[in-house]
Amino acid sequence: MKIAVCVKRVPDSEARIKIGGDGKAIDDAGIKLVLNPYDEYAVEEALKLKEAAGSGEAVVVSVGTDAAQETIRTALAMGCDKGVLLKTDAKELDPLPVARVLAAELKDGAYDLILFGKLAIDDYSHAVGVMVAELLELPCVSAIAELEIADGKGKAEREIEGGVEVVEFSLPAVLTAEKGLNEPRYPALRGIMMAKKKPLEVKDISLDAGGIEVEGLAYPPERQAGKIVGEGVDAVPALIEALRNEAKVL
Amino acid sequence: MAGVMAVLEQRGGTLKRVSHEVLTAARGLADGVGGEVHVLLIGGAGVSAEGVGEYGADKVFVVADDKVADYQADLYASAAAEQAKAGDYAAVLVSATAMGKDLAPRIAARLGSTLASDVTQVKHDGGIVVVRPVYAGKANYTLKVTGSPCVISVRPNAVTPVAVARAGHVESVSPALGEVRAGTVEIKAPERAALDVAEATVVVSGGRGLKEPEHFAMLEELAEALGGAVGASRAVVDAGWRPHAEQVGQTGKVVSPNLYFAIGISGAIQHLAGIRTAKTIVAVNKDPDAPIFKVADYGIVGDLFEVVPKITEEVKKIREG
Ligand SMILES: Cc1cc2nc3c(=O)[nH]c(=O)nc-3n(C[C@H](O)[C@H](O)[C@H](O)COP(=O)(O)OP(=O)(O)OC[C@H]3O[C@@H](n4cnc5c(N)ncnc54)[C@H](O)[C@@H]3O)c2cc1C
Ligand SMILES: Nc1ncnc2c1ncn2[C@@H]1O[C@H](COP(=O)(O)O)[C@@H](O)[C@H]1O
Repeated sequence: MKIAVCVKRVPDSEARIKIGGDGKAIDDAGIKLVLNPYDEYAVEEALKLKEAAGSGEAVVVSVGTDAAQETIRTALAMGCDKGVLLKTDAKELDPLPVARVLAAELKDGAYDLILFGKLAIDDYSHAVGVMVAELLELPCVSAIAELEIADGKGKAEREIEGGVEVVEFSLPAVLTAEKGLNEPRYPALRGIMMAKKKPLEVKDISLDAGGIEVEGLAYPPERQAGKIVGEGVDAVPALIEALRNEAKVL
Repeated sequence: MAGVMAVLEQRGGTLKRVSHEVLTAARGLADGVGGEVHVLLIGGAGVSAEGVGEYGADKVFVVADDKVADYQADLYASAAAEQAKAGDYAAVLVSATAMGKDLAPRIAARLGSTLASDVTQVKHDGGIVVVRPVYAGKANYTLKVTGSPCVISVRPNAVTPVAVARAGHVESVSPALGEVRAGTVEIKAPERAALDVAEATVVVSGGRGLKEPEHFAMLEELAEALGGAVGASRAVVDAGWRPHAEQVGQTGKVVSPNLYFAIGISGAIQHLAGIRTAKTIVAVNKDPDAPIFKVADYGIVGDLFEVVPKITEEVKKIREG
């Protein structure tokens, strides 16, 4: 079983975002950057499938700056076999150019499965994995919470509003991981030591410009400081009154 | 003249509420570019486009085929891309629902065009401009989007549907559906058809303060009285008390209801990321220093086990009127 996992380096979910001086991008000085949490589920799934198959290879691929090597090493420390950094300093908000360079890299890799996170928690696009599948004309199920693979075929479940879709496909295929697909392992010390020696190839690439131009990046309007209506059950009538006549939502 | 194509969403042949939202967004944009709104409705043989004209559609293209009664990613993507190519559109709009989040990137990839996902505003201002929350809602981008057509998915509940009567001329079409690469073979419905937190206009969420999973019955009762959905913090989802579909926050769903209740939820930054665009937030927490009170419009400091039943009682009184 040969599996590729695409991972992105993103600001930690706890990070306080600071907008840079140009008002168009964040200032990532001092911000902790981590493996995108959804990509952890993709890495874990790749490792589980490889272990279940008894043999194979899990290759981590990332498009990013030199610093993304650290993120690739995190996935290697979890147990992936080798990494590829498609190196560029360009920050691209349009998902299609990113999907194109990934598709070009993965096309001739003879992968049985190509795994992604369902979305990157920085840009919230929910797009790159699905686009790679479309470009490679491969079966694709996005945001999966359950997966079974047997005899070159797969069955996955994805949540929809008020239900679950059950989708069948044959390999090779592209899947994007939802939270709950599995419980990602922590890299053990031994894994971290071993990851340092695993192969990590760096290839310079260039991204197309895409069709998104930033006009501005701003903090969301502050929510007006709310008020404490009161304490305990006695405050309920005042709350109801406010919801009806002030907020007009009842 | 370039117009806007809106891809609507139906379930069981009935249009979903988000369809009116996406139509309203499309109408606004089409008026800006000086073009028409064309709708694409894909569904089973009996699918009905009734009422679509009332929300601003000039033309309604209907693909009625039992093969596409339910969402089939490959077939819907093919139909939408083919239909988009057949017209002259500045933009293709989709709702950012479970279906739309999957469909929009497929259409964009097939058209080779730009995608802006999960936007909260779309307008025409010397070009197509969208507002898009990023970093889990900690910042908003204002972006100029080019590409013809560009593909935009619109966050549920971000646009208020406005009725504007237009011709809504219905035409049945049969664009190439292509082949199924990954096919949906079944849709499992939960035992109780729950309203989805991302689409509900009222969400009643509970956290670890509820102490035990059984106590969520209390929140279900309040949600039902309000016609809303039950949501949950990650702590209780991870504990297995509630399904992941109900999780609100950075690694759950982003919600924008008119009314959001945070009951026994501390208000961790990752939870707040999911509720920033809620219109009114009510918090009930026994800890006066809980961070949730910093974002709540109305807070009650107190024991939820006393406060919540009282709220439910009052709401029921109003509803029974
Ligand atoms: C990468 C990452 C992603 C995350 N994503 C999410 C996410 O999507 N959504 C999310 O919610 N969290 C998320 N979290 C977790 C988040 O950090 C918090 O741990 C979680 O939100 C806490 O849940 P809680 O508020 O239910 O529990 P707690 O923080 O334990 O709060 C319980 C609250 O209940 C109150 N309480 C207790 N008893 C009563 C009572 N009788 N009456 C009234 N009040 C009472 C307490 O005062 C307390 O404020 C994420 C964390 C990480 C690291
Ligand atoms: N720069 C990147 N390098 C590698 N994979 C990426 C990159 N950007 C996005 N992805 C993958 O695509 C998924 C969806 O990201 P997005 O479409 O940006 O929300 C992520 O979870 C990653 O698996």
